[in-house]
Amino acid sequence: MKNHKFMWLISIMLVLSVFLAACGDKKEDAGTTEPVKDKEEDKGTTEEPAKEVPQVLNLIEAAEIPSIDSSSSEDAVGFNVLNNIMEGLYRLDQESLPVPAMAEGDPEISEDGLTYTFKIRDAEWSNGTPVTAHDFVYAWQRAINPDTASPYGPYLMAGMVKNATEIGEGKAEIADLGIKAEDDKTLIIELERPVAYFLSLMSFGTFLPLNEEFVTAQGDKYATNSEAMIYNGPFSLADWDGTGNWKYVKNDKYWDADTVKLDEIIVDVVKETSTAVKLYEQGKKDRVTLSAEYAMQYADDPTIINELETAVFYFKMNQVRDGKPTPLANADIRKAIAKGYNKEELADAVLANGSIAANFLVPTEFTFDEDGKDFRDYSKEFSVYNVEEAQESWAKGLKALGTDKVTLEILGGDTENAKKQQEWFKSELERNLPGLTISLKEVPFAVRLELDDTSDYDIQSAGWGPDFQDPISFMELFVTTSPQNKMNYSNPAYDKLIESTKTTYANDPIKRFEVFAEAEKMLLEDDVAIAPNYQRGRMVLMNPAVKGLATHPFGGDYSYKWTYMEAVEK
Amino acid sequence: MAKYITKRVIYMFLSLFLIASFTFVLMKLLPGSPLASAAKLSIEEREVVYEKYGLNDPIPVQYARYMGNLAKGDFGVSFQYKNADVTTLIVKKLKYSAILGAQALIFGTLIGIILGMIAALKQNTVWDYGSTIIAILGISIPSFVFAVLLQYVFSVWLGWLPVGLWEGWKSSILPSIALAMGPIAIAARFIRTEMIEVLSSDYILLAKAKGANWFEIAFKHAFRNALIPLITVLGPVAAGLLTGSLVVEQIFAIPGIGEQFVKSISSNDFAVIMGTTMFFSVFLIVIILIVDILYGVIDPRIRLSGGSK
Repeated sequence: MKNHKFMWLISIMLVLSVFLAACGDKKEDAGTTEPVKDKEEDKGTTEEPAKEVPQVLNLIEAAEIPSIDSSSSEDAVGFNVLNNIMEGLYRLDQESLPVPAMAEGDPEISEDGLTYTFKIRDAEWSNGTPVTAHDFVYAWQRAINPDTASPYGPYLMAGMVKNATEIGEGKAEIADLGIKAEDDKTLIIELERPVAYFLSLMSFGTFLPLNEEFVTAQGDKYATNSEAMIYNGPFSLADWDGTGNWKYVKNDKYWDADTVKLDEIIVDVVKETSTAVKLYEQGKKDRVTLSAEYAMQYADDPTIINELETAVFYFKMNQVRDGKPTPLANADIRKAIAKGYNKEELADAVLANGSIAANFLVPTEFTFDEDGKDFRDYSKEFSVYNVEEAQESWAKGLKALGTDKVTLEILGGDTENAKKQQEWFKSELERNLPGLTISLKEVPFAVRLELDDTSDYDIQSAGWGPDFQDPISFMELFVTTSPQNKMNYSNPAYDKLIESTKTTYANDPIKRFEVFAEAEKMLLEDDVAIAPNYQRGRMVLMNPAVKGLATHPFGGDYSYKWTYMEAVEK
Repeated sequence: MAKYITKRVIYMFLSLFLIASFTFVLMKLLPGSPLASAAKLSIEEREVVYEKYGLNDPIPVQYARYMGNLAKGDFGVSFQYKNADVTTLIVKKLKYSAILGAQALIFGTLIGIILGMIAALKQNTVWDYGSTIIAILGISIPSFVFAVLLQYVFSVWLGWLPVGLWEGWKSSILPSIALAMGPIAIAARFIRTEMIEVLSSDYILLAKAKGANWFEIAFKHAFRNALIPLITVLGPVAAGLLTGSLVVEQIFAIPGIGEQFVKSISSNDFAVIMGTTMFFSVFLIVIILIVDILYGVIDPRIRLSGGSK
């Protein structure tokens, strides 16, 4: 009997729940959609042109925020958020030039370029406490402290900030780091060597200030949600519980709050491009980054924008594998590979995402001299596609190796995009270089990294995104001792040239660029150590009402400080 | 009954211990580094970070520490989300997945039962064929295909429901329906087969002979017996919903746990891998336990044979 009742109870409950669900459906439809829609459509369609446009920007991120504790941030999303909620000594302006931010005007730089004295401007954290020189000292010391286990702190400071390397090795105290607060308003930074790009580097996430009192009070909880942080940048974070979506709201305490026009930026994490595009088309989102398929489909859309990034992708050609020289130890073989595929076709037809063919290592639109002249104007083009030359070198190389057949492995990623490229490389190279067989090894990123650590590959499809605005960010990758080399390339003359840019020519920007150009020629033309493939671009659809959204070549990708919504009449 | 449940609970903890150990071993065999910026750092720079997280200790030491913390219910902190407590992380994300999963399961089973009963009671009619076709479609078309289809029809075309993002309960409708297709199909098939079998058995004939009405036969006698096999599969179906939600959540841009699980593996976020695996395991084992107990409620013979040992 008991069971009988129990079953009936369940049945009735289940049946009722269906009705409830059905009713709820209607109510929700009538109740919540209307006001939401009204608000959304205000921007898109024009009701009354005279009406002021709500200063709300709707954005999409493809990933959640992993960490915005500036000491432990290590990825694009984290650095981008930091760039908009915090402010360092310098900030990149709309043209990506470093301008004083927390610093009051330009610093005093000592004759030898080793000591920088910054004056800190009158500014407040979002909780009303003043931003002082001590906040910078604390943040930098925290980032170099081995207990913090900051990935970027030692990576960026070692060899640059005084005693950073020694602290890492345990030979110096953390307090010995070359950053001191003379008083609340005066910050003195001592360097190991003159650093030409030091001011632009001061906009980078790792060097942002942190308020010691607040951070220590929060302890482990610091920066794990929007309440557990204070802000000194154009925006504060809101409605972020550590995962998922977030909002930026205008920070009224920001020293330059008058410049900031947006009241709110709503960010949702959307990983599917198709969903992101649908949200854009419905006017719910103002900007969406397209994958290659969608870039082709929307090629004629009037709102499509092509933005060039500063990441460069190339082939690392390993000269020694398992203790034995590979065919790539022969310079002619390397040259044949480097010139043996049509990069224009790669960029336009295979990638089709706004990327451009790279006949260089240091990207275009990345670094400029004092007159705004691009570094690329100092250097030339190398490894330009040329089948005849490639085949000539190939024949010469094969002869030197005493063979007519060579098998080489290309190590690359296992994403759809990577696989597509690798297939293309294989067919292109095998067609142009007779006797060459390419085997493809497609592995997850983590595995590729392990194989790279042990130089266990012939050719590796790799790439690099810079962390500071200077050719050395790329040029240093291939010196003998670089952790990025791992392809057994070593040219003492190259190492010496790179070293001279840090010493002899450190304070001579023009000469430095010329030396880098010389080094680039050595690396790409004389030694053909690597074969550059493309500089990555992205295709974006953006609501034409969005104005003044600044993009940057390193660190945080975007600045919303100058962004505003314009009334659009249709 | 108490003895039976106690025994099952002990087995449950044993299974969890084995799952945890096995996952730990597999995880340690995973190549790669949990550091997002590993590609930029030198081996020495990486070592400093590993040291802090105890990843340089010998594996047995790490294992002992891990199991110790696990026993205390502490999953540790995530690498990917610096300082984020794994338990909190899972709980936050679980909210969305649980809503989708529960709705899909309840809705799917109900519709499935109704379809299955119609099919069985009207065997070899248009009704039967219709519900069989729905069942076959539901089982053979993956939930994410339905998801895209529903998204296109109801959001893009008709504009009735949101394309994606979490804007309250409305946002859960389409993903729940997409996820429910599997349960609908399974429930319909099981109920149909069982009902047909039960309806042709002697005691139904007896009930008919005694003059019981149609309704009483269908629900009181036939349906209740047909429920047993359905309940058996509900556990695995619920677990299947979790895997289905990995993709469906992504399509509808819902910040659930499914996608988190996949991401934690590809980013070598050990603590989160362990946390989510343990969570899914507990979930599945508890469901199986509940199913076993429900057997007893529906069919007392099972409980007797289980407890009389």
